[in-house]
Amino acid sequence: MRIELSEEQLLLQDTVRRFAAEVVAPRAKEIDESGVFPREFFARAAELGLTGVAVPEQYGGAGMDVVSYCLVIEEISRACASSGVILSVNNSLVCDPILAFGTEEQKREFLTPLAAGEKIGCFALTEPDAGSDAAALRTTARRDGDDYLLDGSKVFITNGLAADVAIVFASVDLSRGHKGITAFLVPMDTPGLTRGGHQYKLGVQASGTTELFFENLRVPARYRLGDEGQGFRIAMATLDGGRIGIAAQAVGIARGAFEEARRYARERQQFGRAIAEFQTIQFYLADMAVEIDAARLLTWKAAWKKQQGGRYSLEAAQAKLFASEAAQRVTNKALQIHGGYGYTREYNVERYFRDARITEIYEGTSEIQKLVIAEQILRA
Amino acid sequence: MPPGSGLDFALTEEQELLRAEVRRFAEERLRPGLAERDRSHELPVAVLREMGEMGLLGMLVAEEYGGAGQDPLTYCLAVEEVARVCPSTAVTMSVTNSVCQWPIQRFGSDELRRRVLPELAAGAEFGGFGLTEPGSGSDAGAMQTVARRDGDDWILDGQKAWITNASIGKWFVVLARTDPAAGKRGISAFVVGREMPGFAAGAPEEKMGLRASVTGSLFFNACRVPASHLLDAEGQGLRIAFATLDHSRLGIAAQAVGIHQRALELALAYARERVQFGVPIVEHQAVRFTLARMATELAAARTLTRHAAALSERSPEAGRLASEAKLYASEAANRACFDALQIHGGNGFSEEYEIARLYRDVRVTTIYEGTSEMQRLVIARHLLAG
Repeated sequence: MRIELSEEQLLLQDTVRRFAAEVVAPRAKEIDESGVFPREFFARAAELGLTGVAVPEQYGGAGMDVVSYCLVIEEISRACASSGVILSVNNSLVCDPILAFGTEEQKREFLTPLAAGEKIGCFALTEPDAGSDAAALRTTARRDGDDYLLDGSKVFITNGLAADVAIVFASVDLSRGHKGITAFLVPMDTPGLTRGGHQYKLGVQASGTTELFFENLRVPARYRLGDEGQGFRIAMATLDGGRIGIAAQAVGIARGAFEEARRYARERQQFGRAIAEFQTIQFYLADMAVEIDAARLLTWKAAWKKQQGGRYSLEAAQAKLFASEAAQRVTNKALQIHGGYGYTREYNVERYFRDARITEIYEGTSEIQKLVIAEQILRA
Repeated sequence: MPPGSGLDFALTEEQELLRAEVRRFAEERLRPGLAERDRSHELPVAVLREMGEMGLLGMLVAEEYGGAGQDPLTYCLAVEEVARVCPSTAVTMSVTNSVCQWPIQRFGSDELRRRVLPELAAGAEFGGFGLTEPGSGSDAGAMQTVARRDGDDWILDGQKAWITNASIGKWFVVLARTDPAAGKRGISAFVVGREMPGFAAGAPEEKMGLRASVTGSLFFNACRVPASHLLDAEGQGLRIAFATLDHSRLGIAAQAVGIHQRALELALAYARERVQFGVPIVEHQAVRFTLARMATELAAARTLTRHAAALSERSPEAGRLASEAKLYASEAANRACFDALQIHGGNGFSEEYEIARLYRDVRVTTIYEGTSEMQRLVIARHLLAG
């Protein structure tokens, strides 16, 4: 057991850290307030290969490993959680399943521009009445000659406002439950597809989250990802990987809040000295650091396991559960250390505090992670 | 830190083999009589001798001094597996390996090493560490034990408290004040033997947990210690003590991980068997979620501990990481034992069930070798340095 980054990984980390400080951080507050999807950030990230980190170079990606992907998401999220999730979705939820389940033709047509960042992807699984119970989705796909016709709607679709391509999950036979679910690659300009408006949220304000509506949406059969009825398995396998990205995002948010709190504690004078000299503040900082280090190790462990091949559902769920919960506690303490100033928009810490909240909800709530973990440990 | 070869979370084949061997040994030799030894406060000395023969009591000592020459991670794996079955034996093992032999090897003269280490490393004799006193726990620098030079010897006077292996140990690393005017810089470390005149060990204390381990006071009454038994130089005592604790915390973290692992196993087994409301209680979501949390915190504690052990003595961050591992693992293990007992309901409150003893045993892990509060101070000092 050795947990030391390679030279290549350290170089990537350094590059992304600088990019985050120079390009991402300066706009974080602005896009949080405007809610505008940061297209130019996506384009700049693409130049660095961050839109398809672990996708092989032959398909437009950077050809790096899953741990490198975690480094990218942590560094970007440390500066701006909205930007972090935008990349996480494109990498984990869109590129990954096309790479794993797509035909060669689909990889050329869809994966290559997505990984290269020429196109933006989104992942359309959740519906108004099918959140944690994804198998209860109601969107249908009806075969019509060489095409399918999709009808239904999706909610909470990250990147939805800006995406060029969606992976849409629909049922070819509602009576078959999860065995009827099928995945489709859908260009967003296909007639019959409409997007909702900007959804105002508590945090990750600029993630382009919206609803999607499908009405007689015609999708050619060659755009079906995997077989009919394979969609649920594709969705679950994809979310296993996505959870690693969200865990890394949570680590990045927590680290950002921690670093700001540490700086503030050193500067802020009360009772005649820096508040960092008070034991309670020191203990807060210590607990924050422990949780961040533990969360990062669990995240890297899940990433390493994924890279090795084989099952990693348990490790991904544990990393996501732990890191997202740690992010709540860490951002809360960071805000507390800032006192009244922390509650204002002058400081970044209130944004971190709001942005952290979603990490316990999307790509599987904490409750779903616990179900997954319990199932895994009871199987052993 | 210099670049490494990338991440590798896997144990080596040798480490896996040793882990499996220690687990088998602990189940076969330490499991029988566990509850009785807890009741009678009886250390399994015969089994410890066998552990000595297996090389488990001198793991960190180089082969030339009779040790097994293992790395800190392998040592942690062994402690974890012993603690999973018998936490009392695990602390006995941890103390002789880590707080006694490690500083002697690190800071002792070659002559002293040759005199003391072979019998300790073979498990023929046990070692201990005398830092804490009745009036100085976390504030170790306030110790009152003194040592004054007398020709080629030092004369020690004072008392040490809560010393693991007190009445069974032969060699103790003991901290004493050699220059009372110099404060914390006037403390030195000695290797004191039980056969030295003026040395006495008190009777074992009655403890809440780890009752099959031996804890007691050491008394020095004009105890005469040869000057060759000074570790490093005069005034280096606290530095040696803190370096030792940085290292030994890994063993306590590993002990906590072993207890946590067992608590999870017991909770899982009980939850599968116990039927309430017509179904095994593991079918109830509240119980499942508790199990999931225990397993997740175990993964976090184990990974922190192994990572800290793998970096031990190799990174400037090693001290902070060891404190983080000890803090997190001990607190997580306490939560796990609390939750595992809760899952057992009334049965868990009965000493017929193993979880009751574990619940008592685990409590000390947030206290000894640096309380959780001291770990937080150490971590904060690292975080705020520079």
